[in-house]
Amino acid sequence: MTRFAATFAKPRTALVAFITAGDGNTAANLDALVAGGADVIELGMPFTDPMADGPAIQAANLRSLAKGTTTADIFAIASAFRERHADIPLVLMGYANPMTIRGPEWFAAECAKAGVDGIICVDIPSEEDAELGPSLRAAGVDLIRLATPTTDPARLPAVLDGAGGFLYYVSVAGITGLQQAAQASIVDAVARLKAATDLPVAVGFGVRTPAQASEIAKVADGVVVGSAFIDIIAEHGDAAAAHVEAFTRTLADAIHGAKEIAA
Amino acid sequence: MTDLPNSLRTGPDARGHFGQFGGRYVAETLMPLILDLERHYRAAQADPAFKAEFDYLLKHYVGRPSPLWFAERLTEHLGGAKIYLKREDLNHTGAHKINNCIGQILLARRMGKTKIIAETGAGQHGVATATVAALFGLPCTIFMGAVDVARQQPNVFRMKLLGAEVVAVESGAKTLKDAMNEALRHWVANVHDTFYIIGTVAGPHPYPELVRDFQSVIGDEAREQILEAEGRLPDMLIAPVGGGSNAIGLFHPFLDDADVEIVGVEAAGEGLDGKHAASLAGGRPGILHGNKTYLLQDDDGQITEAHSISAGLDYPGIGPEHSWLHEIGRVRYEPVTDAEALASFQKLTKLEGIIPALESAHAIAAAERIAPTLDKDKIIIVNCSGRGDKDIFTVADALGVAL
Ligand SMILES: Cc1ncc(COP(=O)(O)O)c(C=O)c1O
Repeated sequence: MTRFAATFAKPRTALVAFITAGDGNTAANLDALVAGGADVIELGMPFTDPMADGPAIQAANLRSLAKGTTTADIFAIASAFRERHADIPLVLMGYANPMTIRGPEWFAAECAKAGVDGIICVDIPSEEDAELGPSLRAAGVDLIRLATPTTDPARLPAVLDGAGGFLYYVSVAGITGLQQAAQASIVDAVARLKAATDLPVAVGFGVRTPAQASEIAKVADGVVVGSAFIDIIAEHGDAAAAHVEAFTRTLADAIHGAKEIAA
Repeated sequence: MTDLPNSLRTGPDARGHFGQFGGRYVAETLMPLILDLERHYRAAQADPAFKAEFDYLLKHYVGRPSPLWFAERLTEHLGGAKIYLKREDLNHTGAHKINNCIGQILLARRMGKTKIIAETGAGQHGVATATVAALFGLPCTIFMGAVDVARQQPNVFRMKLLGAEVVAVESGAKTLKDAMNEALRHWVANVHDTFYIIGTVAGPHPYPELVRDFQSVIGDEAREQILEAEGRLPDMLIAPVGGGSNAIGLFHPFLDDADVEIVGVEAAGEGLDGKHAASLAGGRPGILHGNKTYLLQDDDGQITEAHSISAGLDYPGIGPEHSWLHEIGRVRYEPVTDAEALASFQKLTKLEGIIPALESAHAIAAAERIAPTLDKDKIIIVNCSGRGDKDIFTVADALGVAL
């Protein structure tokens, strides 16, 4: 069973936690996420031009790059994480250019070697799958696709074709960290997506509080939180881990219990 | 297939690719929208009323056709090939940018979009967009890097007079690339009612194609005008390349004329060893802003900052069709430095009484280099893509003159 399958087979909604690689003490923060109860880790690959990100994650990208974070550093962080945490699914999330610059085969092989389970590439839609998808699938790394409020029923099969791991529902038409979606629209969308795929559906963008997360967790298989962690790291710098762990725990408690309360 | 075999003018393919370049590298949120844009553009292409309205506005509002001026004094001075200038500087708003804006705002109206956004570097595309938005009575927001806002105050004020809101972008290096990032971020959040008027032949398909088509009026006119003036096609075309819209507009109608040599001019800034904006000479293929093309970047694929004295050429990428024309060798791309452009800016002004945009001065500089090596019966058309009034502060500063 893949790490994704094992994680989503549990009878509770998963907390999917995002932080940017190289921003703050990444290894300590990753351990804090796991200790606090995160089920899946998304590690952001910093890029000079993060077009889909709001101010918080943009700034995290620039902080990381200013410290000189390289792609090699990111794979080193991933490999070390995998040695410490054998079972937690690890996803790299980022933009097409850093992922493809040395060729998709190179990137896919590095992911496999580092124990990375899945990739989210913001700016490679299914139309351009050839750029990365075939190499990842050949290397046994899942390509996690994004569905959005603008993904109409006619497009959805193309989005799902070749998708793996879980389906990431971007709940707002917008960038990370700002608006939040109405719960009713999330309920509708998750139902629609789950009718179209057997993949678990995780919901993200604009989720910041335990209260919001627990509402979404009633219907989704996973809830993604990113900017709220980034804000903590921005505030506390290298001393962020304890704060990250405490916040993770409040989110995990809210998310993990949500389905029992709902039932 | 009705296309001629071996034509270089049939691209892009159905998926928006010119060879390995181009494509649609956008977030899923935008994907349905750009597919919709493509459908509307195909319908507009098939609609004679669309073309008629476009032509009407170009003629009566923009002031087309722009003249093809035989630059006799410059020609004599250089002592070689005859130089003609395609006078895009005489268009309304002072550059070729307006041709494209007219076409795109007609598309926006066709699609029922009620708000306009655009990115701008020097402010030329921003002014042209604000102008057509005023003409069509649509609210308009222009994204401009905070650094550019500070160094292009006259254009910022022009845009505001035209009724546009100018957003100073504080992210990244605060220049054109960051303005484009911010425009894309705004667009993703407002896809339902907002049309993004991209200012050059870049971005996701179908933008590189439709901007090229709207700008091809430059080459279509030039072809007719040179046949009338000289009774034959030119031997060479020269145009400056930022994203590449004025250049492709001039080049495209001549791509299948094998005897016409074509030269695109990239901004070499302080020189190719220093800071520059020559994506072909100093970059390699990558993915940014919705398309695959040559980019200035490091080994990890991080985008590096461009530099040119000309804000309109100060971009780390180039339109995908240019990357393809470069790789197949149909167009030759040559670098011109800040210093060379500055010298040509002054020379053209003194010899012809035409103050060219600093962007255009790059093409003039290349012509100065090439014309003396050619016989006097050869003909070169240089795209004078814009006028230089916007640049007098930059030039004064570079020459150490206090205004
Ligand atoms: C006068 C002029 N020429 C050229 C350019 C470069 O753009 P492009 O390469 O798209 O023609 C600009 C851009 O601002 C411009 O204002």
